[in-house]
Amino acid sequence: MDLGFSAEEIAFRAQVRDFVANNLPPAIREKLVGGHHPSKDDIVTWTRILANKGWGAPHWPVEWGGTGWDAIKLSIFTDEIQRGHAPESLAFGTSMVGPVIATFGTQAQKERFLPRILDLRDWWCQGFSEPGAGSDLAGLRTKAERDGDSWVINGQKTWTTLAQYADWIFVLARTDGNVKKQEGISFFLCDMKTPGVTVRPIQTIDGGHEVNEVFFDNVRIPAENLVGEVNKGWDYAKFLLSNERNGIARVGVSKARLAKVRRLASLAVYGDKPKMDDPVFRMKLAAAEVDLKALEMTQMRVIAASRTAPKGKPNPMSSVLKIKGSELQQTTTELLMDVVGPYALPYQPEQGDRWNEPSVGPDWASTIAPTYFNTRKVSIYGGSNEIQRNIIAKAILGL
Amino acid sequence: MDFDLSDEQKLVADNVARLMKDKYGFEQRKTYAASASGFSEPLWRQYAELGLLGAPFAEEDGGYGGGAVEIMLTQEAFGRALALEPYFASVVLAGGALRHGATPEQRAALIPEIASGELRLALAHMEPQSGWNAFDVRTTAKKGAQDYVIDGEKGLVLNGDSAQKLIVLARVSGKQRDVDGLGLFLVDGDAPGVTRRGYATQDGRRAAEVTLAGALATPLGEPGRAGPAMARVIEDAIAALSAEAVGAMAEAVEMTTDYLKTRKQFGVAIGSFQALQHRAADMVVALEQARSMMYLAAMSSSDPDTAARARAMAAAKAQIGRSAKFIGQQATQLHGGIAMTHEYKLGHLFKRLTMIDMAYGDADHHLAKLGEGESLFD
Ligand SMILES: Cc1cc2nc3c(=O)[nH]c(=O)nc-3n(C[C@H](O)[C@H](O)[C@H](O)COP(=O)(O)OP(=O)(O)OC[C@H]3O[C@@H](n4cnc5c(N)ncnc54)[C@H](O)[C@@H]3O)c2cc1C
Repeated sequence: MDLGFSAEEIAFRAQVRDFVANNLPPAIREKLVGGHHPSKDDIVTWTRILANKGWGAPHWPVEWGGTGWDAIKLSIFTDEIQRGHAPESLAFGTSMVGPVIATFGTQAQKERFLPRILDLRDWWCQGFSEPGAGSDLAGLRTKAERDGDSWVINGQKTWTTLAQYADWIFVLARTDGNVKKQEGISFFLCDMKTPGVTVRPIQTIDGGHEVNEVFFDNVRIPAENLVGEVNKGWDYAKFLLSNERNGIARVGVSKARLAKVRRLASLAVYGDKPKMDDPVFRMKLAAAEVDLKALEMTQMRVIAASRTAPKGKPNPMSSVLKIKGSELQQTTTELLMDVVGPYALPYQPEQGDRWNEPSVGPDWASTIAPTYFNTRKVSIYGGSNEIQRNIIAKAILGL
Repeated sequence: MDFDLSDEQKLVADNVARLMKDKYGFEQRKTYAASASGFSEPLWRQYAELGLLGAPFAEEDGGYGGGAVEIMLTQEAFGRALALEPYFASVVLAGGALRHGATPEQRAALIPEIASGELRLALAHMEPQSGWNAFDVRTTAKKGAQDYVIDGEKGLVLNGDSAQKLIVLARVSGKQRDVDGLGLFLVDGDAPGVTRRGYATQDGRRAAEVTLAGALATPLGEPGRAGPAMARVIEDAIAALSAEAVGAMAEAVEMTTDYLKTRKQFGVAIGSFQALQHRAADMVVALEQARSMMYLAAMSSSDPDTAARARAMAAAKAQIGRSAKFIGQQATQLHGGIAMTHEYKLGHLFKRLTMIDMAYGDADHHLAKLGEGESLFD
């Protein structure tokens, strides 16, 4: 047993850290440190910097632009990106539809789509959830019908993250209504400019616009935009979701936020001493750090075991990572609420380039309550924490 | 022990509940929120007609002779509806400052105007550096030729952007955090030297940062002796916010229960999953504990024993804060994605509950205070 990283891994971490420090545009970094959302341009800019370095999608097959790094290096890479306050790559492309196309797509689909995902020429969004199909995703009702050389899609998706920027959407739709619900679903790629696609914004409780409803009204797409086999979409979706859940612990995000908590807790002076001198607060902060240290180790154990595990089999330990990882993301936002205290109250919406205007109260205060509210989502999406507990009970405990 | 309401109190509760039912559907609330003042001016007048604005004041001051229970009943109903009118700012906070800090003549002059709805006041007691210490006051009041002259910065003044008059807590003597040497002063909202930076709050209300630069002011009560009055105002505020939080929590529990019964996934109502049933049951436990402490706060606000009163208020606020956090977070979780949307009421309840926890000390703050003092039990 050796709990340390190898010399090579340590050197690799330093290399990534230096790269982020030297290449992330300071304005983007400053914005993300402040808890603001990166703009579309920020994400595109940073993705292209990474793509130029050959790091646009490190986990992809080498022939499509991946790096060939092992699971440990991949996780070090993600950790450093998150800790360095860099925008994360757009998961819908690099972690979701990209691997699906690379694994199940035709040669033509790979050549057409993968390079454009790598440098974010195509912005993808995920059309899975529907008003009636959330946790019960297989209950989806959006329909696709074959008509000559086309598929015609009708229905509605919802919670579609950043669809307002999207060039393409990948869609699960029902292609056979007469079989078991998982067996009649297919996986389609749809250009957002196709006539009949309508995007309606949903405002979230923090005042932001990150999710949308997407309506399909007789949307006709070419037959070649089906991925893999008809009625096999559920298998591809499961493959995709198991990839989605790999990075779900988001250890680096919580590390970055805890560092911010420490920094602000020394700055925030109410009365005669900084928040950092409050013993109750310090114990809470320490407890969060203990949890995060344990989670980081758990994640490393899962990754280490994955090197010898049979490929393509979902690992129920990822549910442990999802539950604890999402709880920690939420705990760290609560610690920031503890730090800001009464000045959580003013609502100062971000409006495009106005994110840097003088704030009411301390200049770091304005994003804290919105981040706390917004982060409630992380225990709801990506398979809710209740669904993850069901998985643990069944798949780990056999209950 | 008697938890029953008197007939008059029942009437207050029924009246407010009926008004909220008729006028404060969530869609109606959206139109009030979008109006220029951010609340409903017609409803404000209706509150006055119903006697809500004068209820907690003594009859000799021009009120209707009620007290903490009337505030509790009103605030609970407002909490359920997420009412936006400046009742808390004007009647509870500023009204409290008058009740506890002003002379009988001053009360008789101002309270009838509050009761009739004509005068809206705001209490400017906090400062950017003060956190939850009400006595941390840098703003100064100096005796001028006739009036006092006020200089300083006040922060988080609820409804301070639109109030006609401000009651400002300022220091006439002593050091920054002394209880002694504080005074309450009446300042015209538009007086020369008063600058107000108004803004929206996270919970959809209004507040202001107020700068006073040589603003002329009339003292309320005796300048220098307002510390104890201020402490009582904050205790009343805690009791009132506890009731508002209980209303909001009750509404969140009810909405969640309804949702569990109607939302279907996997072909069944999600309320059939025992994991969710138990979580909802824990929310009921948290709600009932909070409701009990709401009563304790209301009953204790007239307790003449200063230390016992302070302990009861701290205990109430700690319980309210913890229940509000649990219920707000779990109601959100049990709803799933829909709870994250601005269009749906639940998220607004969650945000209001969060901000109530952050007002006048969060749960940790009050627990730490209680931990330093005597037991709550004999
Ligand atoms: C901010 C945000 C962004 C999102 N982005 C996307 C996106 O880009 N693309 C996309 O397709 N989707 C997206 N989603 C949707 C997300 O995946 C769903 O919200 C999630 O699957 C939960 O579904 P639901 O909201 O309908 O809740 P429901 O499934 O209705 O769940 C309601 C409650 O019931 C519980 N529950 C459900 N079933 C069970 C069970 N069997 N046992 C115990 N408890 C249960 C849930 O845990 C939850 O507490 C996003 C959601 C959010 C909030």
